[in-house]
Amino acid sequence: MAELFDQVAQAIREDELCAVVTVLGGEKVGGKLLARRAASRERGSAIATAGSLGNGALDQAAVERAKDAMEAGGTTRVTIAAEGREWDLLIDVHVPQEKLVIVGAVHIAIPLVTFAKALGLYTVVIDARQIFATQDRFDHADELVRSWPEDALQEMTLSESTYFVTLTHDEKLDTPALIHALGHPVGYVGALGSKRTHAKRVAVLREAGMSDEQIARIHAPIGLDLGGRSPEEIALAIMAEIVQVRNRRTDRSKEGRE
Amino acid sequence: MKEILADIDGWRQAGKRVALATVVQVYGSAPRPLGAKLAVSEDGAMVGSVSGGCVESATVQEALEVLSSGAPRLVSYGIADETAWEVGLACGGTIEVFIEPLDW
Repeated sequence: MAELFDQVAQAIREDELCAVVTVLGGEKVGGKLLARRAASRERGSAIATAGSLGNGALDQAAVERAKDAMEAGGTTRVTIAAEGREWDLLIDVHVPQEKLVIVGAVHIAIPLVTFAKALGLYTVVIDARQIFATQDRFDHADELVRSWPEDALQEMTLSESTYFVTLTHDEKLDTPALIHALGHPVGYVGALGSKRTHAKRVAVLREAGMSDEQIARIHAPIGLDLGGRSPEEIALAIMAEIVQVRNRRTDRSKEGRE
Repeated sequence: MKEILADIDGWRQAGKRVALATVVQVYGSAPRPLGAKLAVSEDGAMVGSVSGGCVESATVQEALEVLSSGAPRLVSYGIADETAWEVGLACGGTIEVFIEPLDW
């Protein structure tokens, strides 16, 4: 009893993208199916299911619709035709909380946290340097982690709903953090620094064994070109770029990656 | 859903049966979106919400009936404007709620 519910609860606790399909009427009323990704954090992964709506053909049709609803990121009620009948279904989608991970508790990070929160993102700021990572400066962040990025990142789930930026101005800190992030399917990676800095960084990343494809995922110089110089303007440019990437992803699935 | 899991766990560990109510249709400006949830324990305790206050007590009653009959049901609630004002909501929508025993 309640075995399927336990799986649903676990997926939601782990903040995994998943869909619970329920039959709302007819003889199979109350039938349940859980759809989730076989590789839970990977976009485009095959869909794994648990439970059944009580009919194989219906299950198959429902999984297709659940997949669409998961891509679209919203709960929806649908009518599906299967086995010569129409079925009234709720596809209840759990969308993971989007998260912005900022490496470097620098000045730009202060307004960046403000903007990210306004846009509904959970914010995490990582910096081991005590003079930067003060509670006073980051009282508005959801999490302030005072440790080295490499250590802090080991503990975190980095999924496609995670947006990741490095801002420390110190390659000794930024580069290992970038290497870690590029090993995960994060939704956005941005690194502060001029074109010249980035060219040097690319060389280091190559030496560390990063592929061209991985390196190409880094947005650098970071942010849309708004022409601004102040920390607030740069933070806004970064946030605008994240919003652009996020919207492209949901609109056109896998296209539009820069 | 996440916010109601702890209470559901607590009830189930105490051996209580639980019903789950989910908003499955929203017409007009209803206060809670599609998928919003309310869980009810067999002794009438509730967690979560389907309407922001307007129809919670009615939903709890239905949920208790669902628990005794064991059969899920689909219930429609019109949120009258006067009722809405009483609870401070500027809504006048209708919602449909699916209520089921949590036995799956």
